[in-house]
Amino acid sequence: MGTENAADVIIVGGGIAGLAAAYALTKKGKSVVLLERGTSCGSKNMTGGRIYTPALRELLGTAVLREAPLERRVVKEQLSIVHGNSSTTLDYMDESAEKENFESCTILRSVFDKWLAGKAEEMGAMIITGTQADHLIEKDGRITGVYAAGEELLADVVIAADGIHSFIAHQAGLKQDIQCSGVGIGVKEVITLSEDIINNRFSLQKGEGAAHLFLGVTPGINGGGFLYTNTDSISLGMVVNPRELSMQEKTIHELFREFKASRSISPLIAQGKTAEYSAHLVHEMGFTGVPRTICRNGLLIVGDAAGFVINMGTTIRGMDLAVWSGIAAAEAIVAAPSPAEISKQYTKRIHERILPLMKRYKRYPQLLAIPRVFTEYPDAANQIMHAVFAIDGHRVPPKLTKKMWHILQHSVGIKHLISDSWEAIRLL
Amino acid sequence: MSKEDMSVEDLLSCNHFNTDEKNPHIIVNPDSCTGCKVKPCLTCCPAQLYKQDSSSGIVHFDHLGCLECGTCRLVCQEMGNGGITQWKYPLHSFGVQYRCG
Repeated sequence: MGTENAADVIIVGGGIAGLAAAYALTKKGKSVVLLERGTSCGSKNMTGGRIYTPALRELLGTAVLREAPLERRVVKEQLSIVHGNSSTTLDYMDESAEKENFESCTILRSVFDKWLAGKAEEMGAMIITGTQADHLIEKDGRITGVYAAGEELLADVVIAADGIHSFIAHQAGLKQDIQCSGVGIGVKEVITLSEDIINNRFSLQKGEGAAHLFLGVTPGINGGGFLYTNTDSISLGMVVNPRELSMQEKTIHELFREFKASRSISPLIAQGKTAEYSAHLVHEMGFTGVPRTICRNGLLIVGDAAGFVINMGTTIRGMDLAVWSGIAAAEAIVAAPSPAEISKQYTKRIHERILPLMKRYKRYPQLLAIPRVFTEYPDAANQIMHAVFAIDGHRVPPKLTKKMWHILQHSVGIKHLISDSWEAIRLL
Repeated sequence: MSKEDMSVEDLLSCNHFNTDEKNPHIIVNPDSCTGCKVKPCLTCCPAQLYKQDSSSGIVHFDHLGCLECGTCRLVCQEMGNGGITQWKYPLHSFGVQYRCG
């Protein structure tokens, strides 16, 4: 392409962050070339299953969002604490969940990303699939484009939206490689079931969805299980820490298989047919995983590439932060009076909109790093439930408080209970 | 077959792959793996593409069925013995093609 710009902006990666940036940029009249390594946008992407929608609503507007191939709006939140054959479940039904302005919904990324790519194309974005950006082009300390498929593509600015591994951000010297302790391995099975069966099994009305998280299904390993209801399928999966997984004998698939066979899950997926099995890494570091600088002269990083993920245990946000960061990148590029100002504009927006939110939950990963969270506490919780509900023939049971104290003493230990409670209060 | 009995191979057979038979995107040097104490790839690969021969102890790897999550790249460089000598995404439009995601 010589010295002429291929477009105002080159975006590497057609996931949700890159596509959000492409849509917002083209809407504001900027020319965009987006490179996607898959045969279509979304063909390499997966998620556990739920997106918080305010960011999408800001990007697309309510009318366009109404056309989006989203699955079910989440009205039912469930959290199960599992130990062996026992489980204690917290079940929250949000009757007020609005039909129109719902806050979150379940999603299948290959379907959604492809649709969003079509919307960006309608706006004028040029999306080149089946093409990888091999590396950045740098001139006098400024990123001026990328090499892709043996060609030089030049632009005023490059947006790295190439996901959690982000070889582009790494190459630009913006971030260290991700560490085992800071990620989870996510595996997921999509299981098809008819819409009616799902509605009946989960007590849902048409269009309503459930999000169900499971603690204690990864014994001794930092992790958990998840289940999301789609329109006519279920997304069932598990996330585990690779470092802790490596220190024991079971494979991730064996753990997943046990989870599927468990009493909590097995009846929910009966008669289902597996449509797909996928895997992906997930950021678990939260705020501390975000690189100190998220841009260089001529380069902005967005979404997973920048580590924008929050895991609060009950709420996991990555995709909406990806959309917010894509919007921020587009706004920065449009607002900057000269290309040299773009970095400053982007940094300002990220510091205003994403980092304060991430900072609020900065210490949550430390809480989830308490090893007893994944075995001993689930055990204690279920033993306490047993003490509450079970009877013992005609025998006079001990006082409940005494029994609870006894359970905690034996399963967790008083010393741990005090130190963990102190830690929890301090961290939250 | 009930859902719980599905092996990794059964699960992978549900996926659509466009496999580059000739050019593996991940290259493993089994000699390095022999000296690896932890062998984290064996437990961590979601597609179980790393298999250890029970008699010889040699780690075999097959790139067919790779889900491109990159877990092996991380665990090998951090806890392994550097047996993975190349980790790239599959070329062009090869590799897994998710239809649900």
